Amino acid sequence: MSFLDYAPAPESQALLHLRPEYGLFIDGEFVAGRGEPFPTINPATEKQLALIAHANAADVDTAVTAARRAYERRWSTLSGSDRGKYLFRIARLVQERARELAVAETLDNGKPITESRDVDIPLVAAWFFYYAGWADKLDHAGLGVDPAARGVAAQVIPWNFPLLMLAWKIAPALASGNTVVLKPAETTSLTALLFAEILQQAELPAGVVNIVTGGRETGQALVGHADVDLVAFTGSTGAGRAIARAVAGTDKKIILELGGKAANIVFDDAPIDQAIEGIVNGIFFNQGHVCCAGSRLLVQESIHDEVVDRLKRRLSTLRLGDPLDKNTDIGAINSADQLKRITELSAIGEEEGAERWSPDCELPENGFWFRPTIFTNVSTSHRIARDEVFGPVLSVLTFRTPEEAIAKANNTPYGLSAGIWSDKGSRVLAVADRLRAGVIWANTFNRFDPASPFGGYKESGYGREGGRHGLAAYLRPAGSAAVAAARHAVTVESGHPVKSPAARKKAAK
Amino acid sequence: MTRLAVPKTYKLYIGGTFPRSESGRVYAVTTPGGDFLANAAQASRKDARDAVVAARSAFGGWSRATPYNRGQVLYRIAELLEGRRTQFAHEIMQSEGVPAPAAGRQVDEAIDRWVWYAGWADKYLQVAGNANPVSGPYFNLSVPEPTGVVAIIAPQSGGSLLGLVSAVAPALVSGNTVVVVADETRPLSAITLGEVLATSDVPGGVVNILTGSPAEMAPWLASHADVNAIDLLGAGDVDWVHLEIDAAETLTRVLQPESGADAAAPSLARILAFTETKTVWHTKGLL
Repeated sequence: MSFLDYAPAPESQALLHLRPEYGLFIDGEFVAGRGEPFPTINPATEKQLALIAHANAADVDTAVTAARRAYERRWSTLSGSDRGKYLFRIARLVQERARELAVAETLDNGKPITESRDVDIPLVAAWFFYYAGWADKLDHAGLGVDPAARGVAAQVIPWNFPLLMLAWKIAPALASGNTVVLKPAETTSLTALLFAEILQQAELPAGVVNIVTGGRETGQALVGHADVDLVAFTGSTGAGRAIARAVAGTDKKIILELGGKAANIVFDDAPIDQAIEGIVNGIFFNQGHVCCAGSRLLVQESIHDEVVDRLKRRLSTLRLGDPLDKNTDIGAINSADQLKRITELSAIGEEEGAERWSPDCELPENGFWFRPTIFTNVSTSHRIARDEVFGPVLSVLTFRTPEEAIAKANNTPYGLSAGIWSDKGSRVLAVADRLRAGVIWANTFNRFDPASPFGGYKESGYGREGGRHGLAAYLRPAGSAAVAAARHAVTVESGHPVKSPAARKKAAK
Repeated sequence: MTRLAVPKTYKLYIGGTFPRSESGRVYAVTTPGGDFLANAAQASRKDARDAVVAARSAFGGWSRATPYNRGQVLYRIAELLEGRRTQFAHEIMQSEGVPAPAAGRQVDEAIDRWVWYAGWADKYLQVAGNANPVSGPYFNLSVPEPTGVVAIIAPQSGGSLLGLVSAVAPALVSGNTVVVVADETRPLSAITLGEVLATSDVPGGVVNILTGSPAEMAPWLASHADVNAIDLLGAGDVDWVHLEIDAAETLTRVLQPESGADAAAPSLARILAFTETKTVWHTKGLL
């Protein structure tokens, strides 16, 4: 070990007490699933962490029924301020158990502990804290006075930010007065189940949040269930397309946060030190498992060689290895399947003529690993410049004029995010205006905040999560026919909001 | 001796010009009683695609016009509609079989609605956008932008001019460009609207008007990869569920059919339905 090396600095696992087996969380209790339980493994070691219950269609139905009952009998009868208080409780419990959640996230997902500890979990708490305050202020959300909840939300989330994506989905749903059935990704269910324990500690009324674990067919059963009013999905564009098809012709509201192939544009007048850090953060944060990752570097031709040299030098200092080690920059790839996809697309990159480079770093023997990789001499028609790799693979392209940069950046069916690096403010604003993407980072990248709306243009999906805009999908606008019908049903019937077929039919999409 | 009238040839409106259908097809437009009024062009799928190409080419200029400018251009259309009030009323009386006062009221309402929407062009951004108080040294702003090319199936019942205006005007406010399939059996006011647009300051291609069968054209528009959103407002009588399924292929935004007296009632929501929220972060204090 040379004096430049770091000694191992693993985070302690002592705080985390995993059970050998987890059930589904339905109506406030953990119950067995009717499908075959499946193991969840640590992708850094391939060792089993726990057995996870598998929800079949009947389990999903039980969960939706519980959510409907909780919505009608309990959650919709609470005041906004009481709903908010539950969310504040949840935010505080997440903060209190933050270290435990961070360790669990890193074990289950493979991401470096510094990321789960300093990014994922603090943002989870922030998300609940932010939306807690909205629960009794919905009149000011821009949807008119007294907008109405939609009812039962079906939510399906990905494996790249397991607990953070749960927070993005559940916090605005509950603040708006909906109840939830959420399905975590098959490979990363653990923190959602720890979160279920937090809900028990918060004494959230039974059935308001239900968590069903399982595979693709569990998600399909949930999304296709006739009694859900809203479908919120984050994942691949292919899966999003299937969901849009499945709910076509119904009045289910949809929010889709799908894939991306973001351009990170570096002009020759960029603050170069910050740009190098931003490029690295843009594509190697979370092993590149980020839908808004800056996977296409568009660099002005005059500074191409300098930028690439400096990137290579910077990448050579990144440390790949044990995700629990506090010195680790690059953790494990989440699954064997994902590693296979990254490996295949990178091989295609080479076959198509791009030049491949990776730092010379040692890969651990077990687990799923992929060296940070840069492709130069990439042209816009290459698959690595068009397909979402969802891994630590950067494609470098060049441009000469701002017009060319804008044209190349927009030359994709996706439109989730983009980056601009330039010290010239007028240029930054002009380019930001012309980029067809939902989130633009100027002289920064991969920033997330509960107050800031996130979501895509074109095939990156529709709807926004975060901020005031993130409430819109979860509410029916005040004064809409659906709201009037729902209110009428309340007064003439049992005193609880009753979902009338007429109300559902007229609902504004 | 009475003068022999000169009847008008009703054509399509694509890219600022008035072509016949490339298919050469026409269909007879009649009064509700069955009396012949005109031969309207029966647009084909090729016409629909041409209209999408025209709308796409016009999108850059129209979406980048200043909101004040777009508001004035839209208001100018209302001025021109007012000048053609008698002609619109006459066509509505003939094709819808309604008495003169009702036809006049419909034209008035359509003009007023157009004025209402025109005034939103430089305001909707302020109402729908906002600064975001993020936890860090960043300037952060969210604003709506137009979605792109919007295909519209105009209402096929109710007032033919009012229905068309109610669908087209809100899509134009934010800077979208439009391909609209008019009321199939009562297309006269749609074509006359095209003549108004052609002599207004709206650039060619911003609005493209097709007459013919929604059932024939809608599938091509719904599945067209260069259509960003489709308003199925008047598609209630065609197989619109399949149109929504087709639209899912490229994640085209969909508004479902509406019916009844309050269909496409004037609303900010209708403007925002064809916008995308863009959030821009900029570092503060990077020096």
